[in-house]
Amino acid sequence: MITARHLTKTFHDQKRGAIRALDDVSFSCQPGRIFGLLGVNGAGKTTCLRMLATLLQPTSGTATVAGYDVMAAPAKVRASIGFLSSATALYDRLTAREMVEYFGRLHGMREEALGARLNELFVALDMNEIRDRRCSKLSTGMKQKVSIARTLVHDPAVMIFDEPTLGLDVLTARTVLSFIAQCGRQDKTVIFSTHVMSEVEKLCDTVAIIHQGRFLGEGTLSEWRERTGLRTLEDIFVRVVEAPR
Amino acid sequence: MNLRPIAIVYAKELRDLLRDRRTLISMVVVPVIVLPAIMISLSFAATKIVGQARQEIPKIMLLGGADSPRTVDALRALHAFQFVPSQADFTNLISDKKIRAALEIPPRFDEAVEKGEPAVIRIYTYAGEMKSVLAAETLEQVLRQKRETIVSRRMAERHVAKELLTPFSIEKTNVASPKKVSGNLIGMILPYMVIIMCLTGAIYPAVDLTAGEKERGTMETLLCSPVARTDLVAAKGLVVLTVSLATAFLSVSANGLAVVVFSKVTSHAAKNPLPPMTLDPSSLVAVCVVMAPLAIFLSAAMLAIGLFARGSKEANSYMQPMLILAIVPAVAAALPGVELNYGLAFIPILNVSLASKEILTGTFHWNYLAVVFFSMCAYAVAAAGAAVAMFKRETVLFRT
Repeated sequence: MITARHLTKTFHDQKRGAIRALDDVSFSCQPGRIFGLLGVNGAGKTTCLRMLATLLQPTSGTATVAGYDVMAAPAKVRASIGFLSSATALYDRLTAREMVEYFGRLHGMREEALGARLNELFVALDMNEIRDRRCSKLSTGMKQKVSIARTLVHDPAVMIFDEPTLGLDVLTARTVLSFIAQCGRQDKTVIFSTHVMSEVEKLCDTVAIIHQGRFLGEGTLSEWRERTGLRTLEDIFVRVVEAPR
Repeated sequence: MNLRPIAIVYAKELRDLLRDRRTLISMVVVPVIVLPAIMISLSFAATKIVGQARQEIPKIMLLGGADSPRTVDALRALHAFQFVPSQADFTNLISDKKIRAALEIPPRFDEAVEKGEPAVIRIYTYAGEMKSVLAAETLEQVLRQKRETIVSRRMAERHVAKELLTPFSIEKTNVASPKKVSGNLIGMILPYMVIIMCLTGAIYPAVDLTAGEKERGTMETLLCSPVARTDLVAAKGLVVLTVSLATAFLSVSANGLAVVVFSKVTSHAAKNPLPPMTLDPSSLVAVCVVMAPLAIFLSAAMLAIGLFARGSKEANSYMQPMLILAIVPAVAAALPGVELNYGLAFIPILNVSLASKEILTGTFHWNYLAVVFFSMCAYAVAAAGAAVAMFKRETVLFRT
């Protein structure tokens, strides 16, 4: 489970001064449900998810992930999550197996359990052929599969996806999306940020809209339709972000 | 700090680096093959060129001497020179390397010598031009021998003992042990070489493991793991240190071997062969002890700079001036007259260079050595602290 309470993040820029990237954001995500964070580029989605993953510290407010406070127990938070974003790349000079093994070890897995988990993941993701191939030699789709295996190796209870399909072709994006859906079915707590409306419509149980660092509301797609009287998510999104505040 | 994750990250980073052709080139190929090969080929080329120049019979222009046949005939009889007819523009001919030198014999030189009157023989040469200088040296040597012969003859004619001219002789005796002599020579070169190679060896891994990771997007992947950031810095720092020390060790061994091989091969031909190089193992251990905190300091400093940079290019542009900054004190230590004192013992790099120089000559000023060691430890801790602080700064980690 993820609970964010009044999360705020301010960056300081030499030219522009203080920039509030995230402003008093509160929400919660439940296990077995996919929580979609929808917003345009620069809305604050990445900042929010990086704070949940303890890569950034909140300026104020707090969050708990899998029962651990992001400020008080960041290592335990990281041990409980799988974080996948378009920016989380692979080590080119490691093979697919070495890459996944490395992260398993970093998560404190013992060799025997790691070996078994590796076999399970490589079969499930159909990666046995590329097992000993260096990551630099893999296609984008295969690389994404290795990244997925890397995030899943320690079987985390919480999955955080930050625009994971950004820059991917249709087929690779489908693999990633089906993997996200599968995580939901496995009772994991899933938070998924994107600016692609169709992905949210297809996957998310709850849709939250974020704009200019502010949280503009959350609900199921039918709740949003009821609230706005509009049909498509795109229309709903535009209405919400353009509404006078 | 937790040793298990440090060991895991260390093993992975080292494996990753050793699979990179650029690491192998900077760590193995350049110090073990390229540098010794350049050194040996340049030395062989220089020896060959000097040898050829010495074997050449130089063209000498004889100016005057028609009325001094005894001197001229004696010079010709040596067959050490190829004499050419005199020309007015002999200075141009020397400058254009058409002839090596000119020998001006004053009018009635033989007659003046016979009468015991003073006379001046002039040698015209091209200063700095090796073959011309060698020709002039040979001419001077021949003329000096002729002068000595004349002096001996005159003294014999006047029944004056030879010893009158040399009331006493001077003898120089080296009291320094061979260890001190070779230690002094090695002490000038070894610390400089180790420091420069440590730094050169640290640059590439430091950039690759920090700015390079940010650039490639693997830093964020790594930061998602539960490993503490202090442990990540420790592991990365240890990898930089390992590569840096390996580069220095390989470089010193390979170049040392090259010097030994070269001096053995050319010892028969060398005019002043190098004294036998011996190193006391205990001195070598002491040098390693003094060098250790410096190597840690350099690795940590490089890591902190790499972390601060946005990308590899920026990191490299920060590190090149660092290399120059490090060369200056390393070279300063080799200058004559620069010796370790309390003030210099606090200046990083210079202090270790001077301390190593002293240790290698068998001099142990424990008070200075303690200041050098502990001040370098303090600098190393400060640099490591800076690297950890840099690794904890969000603004530094996520700016690209």
